[in-house]
Order: sequence, then structure tokens, then C-alpha cells
Amino acid sequence: MKIVVIGNGMVGYKFCEKLTAKAQPGQFEIVVFGEETRPAYDRVHLSEYFAGKTADDLTMAGLDWYAENNIRIYLGDPISYIDRDQKTVRSHHGINESYDYLILATGSAAFVPPIPGVEKEGVFIYRTIEDLEMMTTYAKKAKTGAVIGGGLLGLEAAKAMIDLGVTNTHVIEFAPRLMPRQIDEAGSNILKAKLESLGLSIHTSKNTSEILGDQFITGMQFSDDTKLDIDMLVISAGIKPRDELAKLAGLETGHRGGIVVNDRLATTDPFIFAIGECALHGGMIYGLVAPGYEMAEVVATNLMGGDKSFTGFDMSTKLKLIGVDVASFGDPFVSVDEGRSIVLEDRMKGVYKRVNISPDGKYLLGGILVGDAEQYNMLLQTTKNKVVLPPNPEDVILGARGGAGNEGGAGVANLPDDALICSCESVSKGDICKAVCDGNETMDSIKKCTKAGTGCGGCVPMVKDLITHTLKSQGKYVRNVLCEHFNYSRQELYDLVKVHKLQTFDEVLNKLGTGDGCELCKPPVASILASLWNDMILAKGNDTAQDSNDRFLANIQKGGTYSVVPRIPGGEITPEKLIVIGQVAQKYNLYTKITGGQRIDLFGAHVNDLPAIWSELIEAGFESGHAYGKALRTVKSCVGSTWCRFGLHDSVSFAIQIEERYRGLRAPHKLKSAVSGCIRECAEAQSKDFGIIATEKGWNLYVCGNGGSKPQHALLLATDIDSETCIKYIDRFLMFYIKTADPLTRTATWLNKMEGGIDYLRNVVVNDSLGIAEQLEAEMQTLVDNYKCEWKEAVENPEIRKRFTHFVNAPESKDPSIQFEPMREQKKAKEWK
Amino acid sequence: MIQEKVLTWFLACRTTDVPENGGVCVKYHDEQIALFNFSRRGEWYASQNMCPHRQQMALSRGMIGTQNNEPKVACPFHKKTFSLVTGQCLSGDDCGDIKTYPVKIENELVYIGIEE
Repeated sequence: MKIVVIGNGMVGYKFCEKLTAKAQPGQFEIVVFGEETRPAYDRVHLSEYFAGKTADDLTMAGLDWYAENNIRIYLGDPISYIDRDQKTVRSHHGINESYDYLILATGSAAFVPPIPGVEKEGVFIYRTIEDLEMMTTYAKKAKTGAVIGGGLLGLEAAKAMIDLGVTNTHVIEFAPRLMPRQIDEAGSNILKAKLESLGLSIHTSKNTSEILGDQFITGMQFSDDTKLDIDMLVISAGIKPRDELAKLAGLETGHRGGIVVNDRLATTDPFIFAIGECALHGGMIYGLVAPGYEMAEVVATNLMGGDKSFTGFDMSTKLKLIGVDVASFGDPFVSVDEGRSIVLEDRMKGVYKRVNISPDGKYLLGGILVGDAEQYNMLLQTTKNKVVLPPNPEDVILGARGGAGNEGGAGVANLPDDALICSCESVSKGDICKAVCDGNETMDSIKKCTKAGTGCGGCVPMVKDLITHTLKSQGKYVRNVLCEHFNYSRQELYDLVKVHKLQTFDEVLNKLGTGDGCELCKPPVASILASLWNDMILAKGNDTAQDSNDRFLANIQKGGTYSVVPRIPGGEITPEKLIVIGQVAQKYNLYTKITGGQRIDLFGAHVNDLPAIWSELIEAGFESGHAYGKALRTVKSCVGSTWCRFGLHDSVSFAIQIEERYRGLRAPHKLKSAVSGCIRECAEAQSKDFGIIATEKGWNLYVCGNGGSKPQHALLLATDIDSETCIKYIDRFLMFYIKTADPLTRTATWLNKMEGGIDYLRNVVVNDSLGIAEQLEAEMQTLVDNYKCEWKEAVENPEIRKRFTHFVNAPESKDPSIQFEPMREQKKAKEWK
Repeated sequence: MIQEKVLTWFLACRTTDVPENGGVCVKYHDEQIALFNFSRRGEWYASQNMCPHRQQMALSRGMIGTQNNEPKVACPFHKKTFSLVTGQCLSGDDCGDIKTYPVKIENELVYIGIEE
């Protein structure tokens, strides 16, 4: 059977790919005619051409692919005539080919409105690589540019102009809002504000009446008698289906363009099909690539003897426009009688969310997301699969509020099996769960066997959730291995590193892992090494395995400066030391703030200044506060019995003793503690990883509390113990946590996952049920004995000190991109984009 | 059209100035280039220093590693990862790609290739 394909765009190519994949070799003879001189390329990512991608990078498949699949391809040679009686076509260069079936994939052209002056030099359309090349040349002499069209393509073109260096760019939209097909007016206003903050000038409700200039464009005249001086104009006001060949052949076309097709994509001639942007199906032109691909699939399947129909396509879309997320799904503009809408608008953050809900409040009909489209996938699935909404439907955009453990009722578990998870490759939830049951238990193997997540990648988090969910529902133990380089959990790795006495990241990787490591395994391994041996963390070989903050012994902040937190044990500080902190802050122009942990944080330090700042602090008797590390942070205290009329014991002295004992202790996550001098609990000890509260007879020890996003009260581990026993128990508790917790797991989460919970933990720590108490205490004592202030070591070691520069080849220069803004007599980091 | 690009080799620093398996930032006129010594692989890489996600000059302080044997760097701010070979963002979101530069070592000196 002989197939002739007219048009070699994305959809024309996809058709060839799908048909050759389905067919036996030699089953079809395929001939392709393309108007452009290049084989099909990725038009969707055309703007990446400016970001450094070459024409070759954008190519869908090279000419060798067509040769390998025995497809004859004629480029730069459009078909000029179809003889339907003889079933032949004739090309512009006079090539004649007969066909059994003819596929029209002629695509669309840019729609150019009939404005006087569009023929002037400096006026472009934005459609092909040639257009881009011409724009690139012209843009070199242009300073001010404009784009007609504030839709999806128009805004893409505006981004292209910025990429070309035409920074002063105007967007002219005829409609009263941007992206009129996808978003409503409120969404458009948020998008407009965001784009304007990025340097674009946006004009809506603006009708261009004339393009000014002689040979070259010099400006635009609008119908409201205003004018704009510009050097360059791109018209991107919509598309026009390429149906002229079909019209000439007598096929039915729509009166506003497009080749009329039925559900099998056949035109009025049963031997001729039309697919992609040239096809008019159900009165609609589909100007996106995904429906075009679906059309290619339908025709290819039917040519193979299958039975498939095209029944319309969901036009939901999510994209990033010049860095701003925009998504629209289902019916974005439900009217009052069809349903009701819930709207969240945050002009400060530039976020707009609207969901449309059926009148009975049960189903999601569609919606709009601007500025934050993270929930797009889940909302789209909820809409498509008619998942019943939670009792408070606003939870789907706001997240569940109040009440612990309430997940809002719309997680992956609630989706039906036919829910489409990956829309690029049409993979359903059922397909993924089945693949997991068949033994494909990693993201990589799911990608290989189902192709899910291989397209835009937007569904990857959902696929991961599905893998975990399916494994758990099978009762499988989900073992948390570190990453692709280590097939061990953190606990296993801790024991192995200890047994083999490994000292550096490379030794651990050589002995226990594969490959070269990554940002997922380096910090936990570095943390294990620090917890085991307590060597200087910046010692050669381990320095670059430290997480970023540990590598510079300071917390990186917005803008790239660092913050400095000296240790103030128990929150007790002398006036002399307070004065030194003030002087240092003044000298290095630092923003100062009291932290929640009774310390003082100094922000805005250049990396170059860190060693000098710390030298001065150390000189005055300070040491590192480890605010940058997954380590013991602070032991907070109330003033205690020395001053307080209610105090039972001296909570400050005990807090200082505890803080100095565990300072610098590296753990799977940060550790916080507090000591309160009586039951009034002013130090908030029950919200800490370990908290101590004075009683008449001694101390009560609480463990595994946690503030943060999911607050959890600490649980009582032991009552009325003396100071010595208290420290013994804390030694055991902390060492047990360090040895067994997963990376980045706080003590509260660690306990929540522990079988047997607090009773089991109490048995291990207090009753020594595992017989390891003595060992745990000894291990802790080694760490305590090995403690050194790492900032002191850093400033005294010229090799390490040298690393605290921004430019390796200009060590004296600071990062010139760092900017501050004044605020309340101090400064703050410049807001990022 | 693919054209053979003309490269200028810019002397950045000595090999010993760059920590093993780590990066430094190199000043080239008004540009900031992140230079990485992937000593475990015996390879050198260079890219723009700015992370495209939040426009922070930070990639040189990021952690390097591999993903399916492809060398990459993770930005210290939000752990967005980028291929050091192609510059492509590997984090599965579209925060944008980064520019990469060729690097050569001669007599223990590091040179970065800049397109003219």
C-alpha cells in the first residue's frame, strides 16, 4: 500500500513515526513532501533556538532516520496539485506520485491581520527557523520592539525578543486581557503585573490601525490615536490553517478555514485524511501539538486495520511563560448558572488560582492557575476523572487546614485506575500500578516499560507517589536507599562505614557504592563520617562532599550572602560579648536579629568576609553555633531558680552544661533542646528534640518534639531523674537516633516510624533492652572528647581560609551581583525573581 | 546552520586552586563562570555561575555528582540540577538550562574556551 504524506511538520513526522513503528517492514511505501528545506523540527520549543539550541537540536529526526525506515522524502518541494480521480499528486518541481491513501498534514501559517504597512521591513512573523534567523539579524540594530498578539504564541515571541537583546519590548493585545482563550481577566491582571515586573510593557484593548515608516518600520499607530515608536515588530496574532491545496482539490473546508474531517479524520474524499492544525474537527482547529499527535495515532491505527476515533481533545495546558507558570484546565470560564467558582488571589506573590465547581459542589469542572501551577496535575486528574471533591472544596487549592493528618482527600490513592497520569504518552494509573506489581519498582524502570514521565516530565512526582503507594499496598517494605550510587539505607551505611573504618567520601564510595556520587548521597555520607569520627568537616577529601552550608560553615541566604550565628550557650551572654557582636555587625555592615533559639543572627556577610568576622568573634571568646549544620543548634533556657521566684532548679546552668556537651554533634537532621526551671515551661522544652523540665525531685526528660511545619509535642521518656542520669539517657537517645534514622529525618518523624513507638524507645534507652547502652554512651563520649570549634580550625588553616573567596582569579573582589535594600534602619537582601 | 565557532582560551587559574570534586567562580570581564574540577573522573567542566531558577550567582558553590553517569551540578539554593555536559536542567522542571564552556588543562593551568 502506498501512502503519500503532504507536510513534514511535527504532526506529519509523528504520523510517519507511528505508522512505521506499527507496520511490518515493507508493508507500506511512504513518500513525504515538505515545503521547508529542513526535516521536521520541534516548533513548540522554537524560542530555545535563542537560548543556544541549534537547528539540529530541534530536529525531530535526521534524514538518516527517513532513509533507515525506507521513507522517501522531498524537502523544499511542496505539492501543488492533487488529482483525486487518478489518485496522484504533483509537486512544485514536477514530481508525480500516485497514492492509495493521502495524508494532509499541511499545518498552519501565521495569521496576519490586514493592517496597512505590514509589508515594511522590520515586520516579522514567528513561525519557522527562517523567521527566527531573519529576526536575529534585524534585532541587532533594534532597541525597541513590539509584538502584536498577547496569546500563548505572542508571549513566546515576546520572550524571543528579550532573548534577542531587544529589552524594551511591548506586547499589543486587541482583547481586553492576555491569553484570552486560556485565562480570565483577574488571572490576566496577575500575569500582566508579573510580566511587567520582568520588563515587558503590556497594552490590552489596543487596536493597531497602521504600521508607520517608509521602507523600514518606525512606529505603530493605534485606533485610539496613540502612537508607539518602535524599530521592529513581530506579528503573532493567531494561526490560519493551510487548506488551499485541499480547497483546490475540491475537498470541503470550513468558511473560516480548515479541512473538514470526520471522527476517523477522513476528509470528504475517503482516501484522503487531514491531521494536525489544518484539520477542522467538530468545528474546531486544534492549535496544540498533543491533539495533532493523537490524530496521527488515529489515522495510523486505522490504516493498520484498527478501529479508532478522534473524539475531541482536552485543551488543558500548563506552561511557563517567561518564568511565570500559567495553567488552564477543563472549562476555565464556567458561567454562573453552570457552576460556581472559588478564587484565590495573592497580588503580593503574584498568584491567582480559580477552580470551577459543579452546582452541587461535588465535581471540579475546570480552572485557572497563574504564578503557581504546582497543583495542575492533581487538579486536571480530579476534573477529568470526576473525582468527588472533599467536603470543603477550597482545600484543593488551599491545601487542608487545621487538624493533623488530614490529606484533603485528593491524593493519588483516590484516583480511579483509568486516570490518565502521563498525558504525553497516554499512560493511566492502572498501567503504572500494574507495571509496579510486575516488578518495576523504580522511576527508571517505570519510564522504560511504560514511557510515563519521558515527555514533559510533569507527572514524575505523581508516578513516584504511585510507586510508593502500590508497594506499600502490597505490604512491601519500602527500603529507603540513598540514591543511585548507594544501594543501602542510611542505617546500613552507618554500620558499614564504621565496620570498615572508612574516613573519606571517596573511600566510602569506592568500598560501598558505585559511580561518582551526587547531591543526594554526599551530605548523608559526610554526616555519617562526622557522626562517627568527628574530624574537621572541611578536611581535604570531605570538604566538597559537605552540603553547601557546611562547606562554608555558614547559612547561604537570598542573594548569595551568608549569615553568622555564634554559639551563646543557654542564651546567657555578658554585656562585653554583646558589645563585640554589635561592633562586628557594624564593621561588616550586617543585619542583626534575635533568633528563636536565644542567639543573635548576623545576616548579609560576603563570603570573603567570613574568616575575618569569625576571627574577631573567636578572639572575643565566641565559637561556632553550627546554625549551618545538621547538628545540635541551641539549648534554650528560662532564667531558672537563680532569679525566678518560681524556679525549682538552675535551668540556665544545666542548659549551658547540656549545650557544651553536645555542641557540634552531627546528626541526620538538626537538633534542638531546652531546659525549663519549673512546670510553667517558659523554655518550651516540650517542643524540642529533647527537653528537660525541673521537678521537685529532679528533672523530667521529654524526647522527639518538634516545631516546624508539623508541630508535635515531645513525649515523656523518664521522670524525676538526677542530672547525671539525665545526661546518660540523652547520650543513649541521641546516639541511637544518629545510628538508625534516615537522612534528613527529625527525631519526631523517626519516632513516628519506629515500631513500638515511645515504649520501645524507652526500653532501649532506659531499660537497655538491646544491651547497647554502655556502647552508646562510650560512642557519645568519644564524640564529646573530639569536639573542636571548626571555625577556629578554619581561620587558623591558610589552605581552608583560602577557599572563602568569591572569585578564584580575583580573591579580593566581592560578588558584584549582590544587592541590598534598606529596611527599618538596617538592610535586607534584594528580592529575587 | 552549524558553524565552527572560534574559541578564545582564557587563563582562569592553576589546577591546584580548584578543590578536588568541587568548584570555584572565575571572573571573566563582567561575567561569572563556574569552574569544576571533577577529579574523581579526571574531568573539568565550566558553566555560567548563575542558577537560572532564582538568578543567583551560586552554581560554583554547588555540589557536583552524576546522574546515570552524566556529570551534573546541584545549585546550593534549591537543589536544581544541571548537566555539566549539555547544560540541560535535570530536575524535571522547566527552570531553564545553563550555558557550558569547554575547558582545557595545559602545564597545570586551567583555560576556559570563550566563543568570540
